Amino acid sequence: MAIIEVNDLVKRYGEHTAVNGVSFAVEPGEIFGILGPNGAGKTTTVECIEALREPDGGAITVCGIDARGDTGELRQVLGAQLQESELPDKLRVGEAMELYSSFYRDPADWRELIETLNLTAKLNAPFGKLSGGQKQRLSIALALVGNPRVAVLDEVTTGLDPQARRDAWDLIERIRDRGVTILLVTHFMEEAERLCDRLAVIDAGRLVALDTPAGLVARVDERQRIRFRPSAPVDHRLLTALPEVTTVERAGHQLVVTGTGNVLLAVTTVLARNQVTAGDLRVDQTTLDDAFVALTGRRLLDA
Amino acid sequence: MSALTKLTATETRLFLREPIVVFFAVAFAPILLIILGLIPSMREPVADLGGVRMIDVYLPIVVAMGIALFALSGLSQLFASYREKGVLRRLRTTPVKPATMISAQLLMATIMSIITLIVMLAIGKAAFDVDLPGQIPGYLITYLLVALAMFAIGLLVAALAPSSRSASAVGSLVFFPLIFFAGLWLPRAAMNDTLRTISDLTPLGAGVQALQDATGGQWPQAMHLVVLLAWIIAAGALAARYFRWE
Repeated sequence: MAIIEVNDLVKRYGEHTAVNGVSFAVEPGEIFGILGPNGAGKTTTVECIEALREPDGGAITVCGIDARGDTGELRQVLGAQLQESELPDKLRVGEAMELYSSFYRDPADWRELIETLNLTAKLNAPFGKLSGGQKQRLSIALALVGNPRVAVLDEVTTGLDPQARRDAWDLIERIRDRGVTILLVTHFMEEAERLCDRLAVIDAGRLVALDTPAGLVARVDERQRIRFRPSAPVDHRLLTALPEVTTVERAGHQLVVTGTGNVLLAVTTVLARNQVTAGDLRVDQTTLDDAFVALTGRRLLDA
Repeated sequence: MSALTKLTATETRLFLREPIVVFFAVAFAPILLIILGLIPSMREPVADLGGVRMIDVYLPIVVAMGIALFALSGLSQLFASYREKGVLRRLRTTPVKPATMISAQLLMATIMSIITLIVMLAIGKAAFDVDLPGQIPGYLITYLLVALAMFAIGLLVAALAPSSRSASAVGSLVFFPLIFFAGLWLPRAAMNDTLRTISDLTPLGAGVQALQDATGGQWPQAMHLVVLLAWIIAAGALAARYFRWE
């Protein structure tokens, strides 16, 4: 049975419909990603799940609890990490953890949590003196201190440096290993590809795809792109004659060949037969990024 | 420990870490009392006041001012800045109810303010020989009513103000007329009938008179207690109505 069920969710802000009929179900133990450009309605969707916003239509249940009903019960089972929320500057890390753990019926051991999140050295540091990454980790710790069954992480790695981002990914996997279902909002392809079991792609308030990262990639045509620097000039017709090859283009000293199936073997065989070697050979495969472009008609980051 | 006690303890600790806020909310009124008491004429009996000294008249006024400062400079700004920074938003993702958060703030403010009251009564007695309240239950009940009425007004200001800056501006705007009617510049005994009638209807005017009556050993007048209750209910209901998490 699904742990989060969203059915035909609608949320409007005045004239603007931010979320327009989104439905999905998250299975227990999954890392479920919500991917989409800024303003697509990702945060509004999770804020409705967190019962921070009242939907205009549709139904949401988390662990069987109606998100529009008993918010007290909902908040016992759902931990939320929000974008842009802070703590009082002078509140210390240990005090924050102790305080927040007192809000829950069955809290986690907050000292162990702080240890896992690598914040033990900062136990007595005031919130205002923490770095961005430390604040972010504390924020995750606070979302987990109630021993939730579901954790919602909204743009959790935004603003982190690459190393801190990789650390956060490891951490998220470890949280899932503790049995927590994770709903991850992101606009980083690499993050979605690396972490998520399944992804909901949201664009302009609508769900445009729901699949595994590999499944999303496979939906796009399976075209491959080969780039290389030929050791001698090559007649393009030799290549375009191959059934596997779709296009051949020259880019500076390089040739770019696209095609399907076993295009790499076909191209290298022709080259070898003509005594040409392929220097700096690279094969690009379709990425989640390409899949996203195919689904929404634009790139994620400059959307 | 329950969420309420934990929140109250944490809020108190945070409050004590803000020296400027502590100064205005807790220390300013006792210091003003000492300054007033050091003026020789304040300690002379005044025939017009029936032989009472000005310092006797001023003690309850300064006590009332202390509560107003706490409510309108400390509490309202604290709340508005919590909302502005997203502290309330984060709290909202937990099972804590808004009523618990507000109760914790009120408890903290009441405890701090009672400590200030005790300090002021002790200074008044020890340094300037001002009589301790004759009617102690009446005095305490009045004090709590004044404190609750002012804190409710402070929370209402916080609820209505769009930011913590405007909360402090609106707070001062409300503060000055209220302490005028408390008698800070013109004691109630020296007001004309119209001013005194208006003063009777303000939380600090009614409060100061009731504190004065209790100091003299009488029960405060029912009217003044009713005025205070009405302010608590009206401001409290409006503050709850306009409360916003973000």
